[in-house]
Amino acid sequence: MAEEKEKPPMLDRYRVLDLTDDKGALCGKTLAELGADVIKVERPSGDPSRNIGPFYQDTPDPEKSLNWFAFNLNKRGITLNIETKDGQEIFKKLVKTADFVIESFKPGYLDKLGLGYKALSEVNPRIILTSITPFGQTGPYSNYNASDLITMAMSGYVYICGDADRPPVRFSSDQSYYQASLQASVGALIAHHYRELSGEGQHVDVSIEESMVWTLCYAPHDWYLLKSLEHTREGPLWKRYGVTYRLIWPCKDGYVCYRLLMAQPGAEVMNDLIASMNAEGLGEDMKGIEWTKLSFAEVSQENINHWEEEIGKYFLRHTKRELHEEAVRQRNVIQPVNTGKDILESPQLAARDFWVEVEHPELGASITYPGSYFKSTGTSWQKGHRAPLIGEHNEEIYEKELGFPKQELATLKRENVI
Amino acid sequence: MKKGKYALEGLKVVDFSWVFTGPIVTKFLGDHGAEIIKIESATRPDGTRVYTPLKPGAMGLNSSGVFANYNSSKYSMNINLREPRGVEVVKRLVERADMVLETFGPGVMKRRGLDYDELKKVKPDIIMLSMSMVGQYGPHSQQPSFGQVLQATNGFVHLLGWPDRAPSLPVAAYTDFIAPWYVLIALMGALDYRRRTGKGQYIDLAMLEASVHPASPVVMDYTVNGRIQNRMGNRCPGAAPHGVYPCKGHERWCAIAVFSDDEWQALCQGMGNPEWTKSPKFDTLPHRTENIEELDNLMGEWTANYTPEEIMAKLQAVGVAAGVVQTGEDLVDHDLQLRHRHHFVELEHAEMGLHLSERPPFRLSKTPSEPQRPFPSFGEHTEYVCKEILGMTDEEFAELIGAGVLS
Repeated sequence: MAEEKEKPPMLDRYRVLDLTDDKGALCGKTLAELGADVIKVERPSGDPSRNIGPFYQDTPDPEKSLNWFAFNLNKRGITLNIETKDGQEIFKKLVKTADFVIESFKPGYLDKLGLGYKALSEVNPRIILTSITPFGQTGPYSNYNASDLITMAMSGYVYICGDADRPPVRFSSDQSYYQASLQASVGALIAHHYRELSGEGQHVDVSIEESMVWTLCYAPHDWYLLKSLEHTREGPLWKRYGVTYRLIWPCKDGYVCYRLLMAQPGAEVMNDLIASMNAEGLGEDMKGIEWTKLSFAEVSQENINHWEEEIGKYFLRHTKRELHEEAVRQRNVIQPVNTGKDILESPQLAARDFWVEVEHPELGASITYPGSYFKSTGTSWQKGHRAPLIGEHNEEIYEKELGFPKQELATLKRENVI
Repeated sequence: MKKGKYALEGLKVVDFSWVFTGPIVTKFLGDHGAEIIKIESATRPDGTRVYTPLKPGAMGLNSSGVFANYNSSKYSMNINLREPRGVEVVKRLVERADMVLETFGPGVMKRRGLDYDELKKVKPDIIMLSMSMVGQYGPHSQQPSFGQVLQATNGFVHLLGWPDRAPSLPVAAYTDFIAPWYVLIALMGALDYRRRTGKGQYIDLAMLEASVHPASPVVMDYTVNGRIQNRMGNRCPGAAPHGVYPCKGHERWCAIAVFSDDEWQALCQGMGNPEWTKSPKFDTLPHRTENIEELDNLMGEWTANYTPEEIMAKLQAVGVAAGVVQTGEDLVDHDLQLRHRHHFVELEHAEMGLHLSERPPFRLSKTPSEPQRPFPSFGEHTEYVCKEILGMTDEEFAELIGAGVLS
């Protein structure tokens, strides 16, 4: 098999103009890591998402946001004030050279600037404009203000998360933006396939709310078919067929995720776990149970609670790494509830050479990033270079690639267009 | 609006996947016009066919709400893959296909004689993708797993819940709903590569690796700053108030997010400028953050007087980010925006009757993104696929049925 770095990327050097903030940054990143030439187009002062923490060495600075680094990896960056006439003309010139535009402004904003889909498709009929907004381009909520918490709440996801005795919660992380960004990539690439066959671009209208609704799984169908709101927030527990199981278990140094196995093929591995417990004087009365043959009907909640109590004692004596490694050996299904540190130390990810080091010359450091999420016989994931500094590629793109004279650039800079 | 051709018309996919991730991928392809042939077997139907919720009164393998949702626009075919002649039928399907997707445990396709090396012999430019929990190789690759527990490993479950309590578990495996988008991105990328170069490829895609990508800042905060990020309930740095508050009614809640001081002023106006909002304890973001518990309590006292819909309307009117903590009922019956976008499509299946299928969460302006037809009954299209697509004779088909190769 060829060396990874010798394999070409999946995508050609398709040009992507990325106008998004944090709502859509992951979209451009997924295209850049497959080989597209993604150019982040920022306002002259820099994109506001550069101010989102955490920061490198906890120093707030628009050039040190880890969030920015992570989701703008391998992009180039220019500045452009698209609210000026000159800026709009320059943007249209860029669009002539581009295959995709991605944006996350409020609906109607680009139209007002004369840069909506209709205008851009007149400049370049092949262009694919992908818009990421909280609720979509049109409709009764399309002008509502939102942050991740709001789109999460509206999507139905918050309602099913958290502990029963406290308010529902969201993830402490902007999940609805990640979901929508990934969906935007999918939509753009489907439109791309059609464009390459038909010659026609189109407008991809992504709703953040709907993207998150897509992750709910049960709730809409519980309601539609059964008029049930059965799935509410159950914290670390899981209710199914009238029985409550523990899914998140405290262990010596954190938590593991595990579900008592019974009445299914594979449940015989319970015996190995019980043997380990017995060796430590736990779960004596769990010996000899034929776990695969148990039926849900003959098992009471009391049985389950008792078994879980014994298993819980065993887990508390061991670390998540120990329990996971033992489960790998015993072919059991225990998984660690990983923190950032645990992920970085995963033997599985290490064995697959998952991590990449990316140079940050300005910081005099290299930083470890997640690397290729696939292994292919023919193509490879592109590590590329760190996220762009503000206006880093102005000269390279405006002067060398678009052919603007130096003098004109100086004027545009003075007038705060770039 | 009348739209033209489907964007993926002509694309042919042989689909061995089951449960959530893989079927969601092929639903997306099918809802854009691709031909999806879902391979099942009489001994092992897609287990999701019996997942709750089940349609009351409907029976057997054609009554699950979630299965119905994730399997629109597909053909279902029953082939016994333990029979060599079953494998031959699969190869005939692959010969005319563009893509093969499978989500078995590592090694299963090889044992069936259906690994990439075998399939590229019948279709040299085939694109084959294997999606597994942690990858086809590596020290943990043989551990049995499923999404419900695997979801704990990418860092997000640790960030869900309250800092003084155990993490909460998403009721549906969350990583099962990150991986499909990466699988689709990789498949569409591979398709573009093949169009330009004529070359197919085999892709080993790990759910864990894909789902760590959105968690990048969580890992980098540790590598760079040595910080292990923790769950924060509904708190968010740089915002106050930022929370979920009780409303009038049983289990009714609203969400409110205020970042800037301007947004705070708008919120005060939206609440009718109650006296407490004028306290210097709340005049700036740092002060509001410092007194966040008191602020949250006061917010909750105010929101408890209204329904969440009233809060959303009142606060959105003054430009404050606020929303209803919606339930399944709200989404299906009351959300005007989802209705405007026709997010849920009501489809009628011959046996199950009416059920919901979701449209992809994006709309394409020129081509449709929507189910072409309802989910297939178990084995519904075995005969159709064999005769109409593979061109088998009646005799050959009957013989394979009789021999237990097909059903």
